[in-house]
Amino acid sequence: MADRTSSSAYWAANVRVILISLAVWFFCSFGLGIILRPALKGIMVGGADLGFWFAQNGSIYVFLVLIFAYAWKMNKLDKEFGVEE
Amino acid sequence: MDQFTLNLIVVGFTFAIYIGIAIWARAGTTAEFYAAGQGVNPVLNGMATGADWMSAASFISMAGIIAMAGAGGYQQSAFLMGWTGGYVLLALLLAPYLRKFGKFTVPEFIGDRFYSGGARLVGVICLIVISVTYVIGQMRGVGVTFARFLEVSTDTGLYIGAAIVFAYAVFGGMKGITYTQVAQYVVLIIAYTIPAIFISLNLTGSFLPQLGLIGSYAPSGGDLTLLSKLDTVVTELGFTQYTADTTNMFNMILFTMSLMIGTAGLPHVIIRFFTVPKVADARSSAGWALVFIALLYTVAPAVGAMARLNLTTTFWPNAVQGDALAGDAISLEAINTDPSLAWVNTWKNTGLLAFEDKNGDGLIQYYNDANAGMQAIAAERGWAGNELTKVDNDMMVLANPEIAALPGWVIALVAAGGLAAALSTAAGLLLAISSAISHDLIKGSINPSISEKGELLAARIAMGGAIVVATYLGLNPPGFAAQVVALAFGLAAATIFPVLMMGIFSKRINKEGAIAGMLAGLVFTAVYIFLYLGWFFIPGTNTYANTPDQHFFGISPLSIGSVGAVVNFGVAYAVSMMTKAPPQHVVDLIESIRVPKGAGAATGH
Repeated sequence: MADRTSSSAYWAANVRVILISLAVWFFCSFGLGIILRPALKGIMVGGADLGFWFAQNGSIYVFLVLIFAYAWKMNKLDKEFGVEE
Repeated sequence: MDQFTLNLIVVGFTFAIYIGIAIWARAGTTAEFYAAGQGVNPVLNGMATGADWMSAASFISMAGIIAMAGAGGYQQSAFLMGWTGGYVLLALLLAPYLRKFGKFTVPEFIGDRFYSGGARLVGVICLIVISVTYVIGQMRGVGVTFARFLEVSTDTGLYIGAAIVFAYAVFGGMKGITYTQVAQYVVLIIAYTIPAIFISLNLTGSFLPQLGLIGSYAPSGGDLTLLSKLDTVVTELGFTQYTADTTNMFNMILFTMSLMIGTAGLPHVIIRFFTVPKVADARSSAGWALVFIALLYTVAPAVGAMARLNLTTTFWPNAVQGDALAGDAISLEAINTDPSLAWVNTWKNTGLLAFEDKNGDGLIQYYNDANAGMQAIAAERGWAGNELTKVDNDMMVLANPEIAALPGWVIALVAAGGLAAALSTAAGLLLAISSAISHDLIKGSINPSISEKGELLAARIAMGGAIVVATYLGLNPPGFAAQVVALAFGLAAATIFPVLMMGIFSKRINKEGAIAGMLAGLVFTAVYIFLYLGWFFIPGTNTYANTPDQHFFGISPLSIGSVGAVVNFGVAYAVSMMTKAPPQHVVDLIESIRVPKGAGAATGH
């Protein structure tokens, strides 16, 4: 049974990391890139307004960082819970 | 050396590399044929995924779709976010668990997780509809690129392309395809970025197109930003502002979401993550895939904006420094005599660009003749309507090297890049189709006792058959090829993605729920698309006109996939709750795919 508890704790930790990552994923693309664009028109990134930049370039950079951060965090969790290969 | 010979040498050289890889990477086992022996380095797999994913549409069309959009370039950002954000979903929600599952096809997971041959069959049907519709566009892309650069007919080009794919896909399977895709990625990314860098240097002085997009417009002395200059120029001619807000935010959100979950649900992309050695590699490989995809996708909006500005200032030379309408439009005489404008006639000859001096004044006026303000100006100045009658989206990328006056070898490289993009995607799709037939249909249900050798032969025959069908459909494309892509993304979003996600994240969704959910998502999405684009895409049979005021809640048929996914989730949950929970061995399977430990030993049997 000890094994089962640790694997469900591992899964709960994984789901928590996924939810946080998805919140960032949603915020940078749908949030900054679309929904909040009209409200943030005044903020410029170089020659583009913030929403335009996130929609065409910025969110892609955030996605990249997000995937590698997730992979790094999960590798750490794998070791902590002793489930790495 | 003339351009044709140069194109022939560069394209011939890249083809020789692909064939060489095919000979080196022959597949000897089904594990090699379906999943490259599960020994591909995650970075190389990322590169192969990039080539697999980036199709003729990404390479040739996307920048033009953004540049020439009637509603402005911002609205089309849905493609940029949608086609990259899907990789976040893949990395977080699907790839590591499906790799741990350790088998070869997407329907196989659906069949095992939902303990049902019927569920597996529904999976096979969805996979084949999605992949076949997708492959038609790739075969067309191969034919068209050949025709444009190598002076053969579209049909001949298609045969040559099919023969090349046949060589490395039938013999090499996933192994041959993977290593060929790595080479194809290198070709296509060089071909895309070199012209972009030169154009960015010309227009903004910035070496990186990504910085050029948000940089200043050099020819005006650097006082204006590129985007504000572009906004000014296009609105002066009566077009919608380039950075204008979307007119329907709700639809843009749904469209972006459909492209994201559609991307994550495309079988030919998912199976790429079966090829890496470990679960941890599947996670990082999705990141590497996005690195290689982002190299093109962050450049594309810059290419689009700069190409639109270049096109406009070509036709209104005064716009380079001041107001477009303060000077005359470009003259036919200049087009025919100025060597730096030679590309205008070159591309007119291909049919991608068309102009006509309607009012006979020897000048070509390019403006939005549907705009009331412009109509007043036109009446005053004696114009007889917009005279730049056609600008094909594809021209924005294909003509880039000539517009920037780059040397001939860069033009040849763009030809090779377009072919690499189309061939690599076609090969990935063909593998998804053939493995669904040989592994899911033949091995999975028709003849389970088939030997390893027999299955490998069946896989090769299925691959050959798939190539013949794809070639036939490429030669005789259904008139609705463009609409069908909407169906492919919509179905991937409404069927495959939800069923895989529920299979991993819920222990309660059972076989009844999964089948009902997939069918509900499939029917709902297909019917909504048929309502606007014609029943089974037969022209004229659509129930409603495909215009925004006719759409339910303003949702276009392109965006319906995300609603279809919600329908799938809802139906699957409700039906599962009313029927029996999955048996214990399935619960054990779910527990085992959730932890990385022990993936190495997995096989296809």
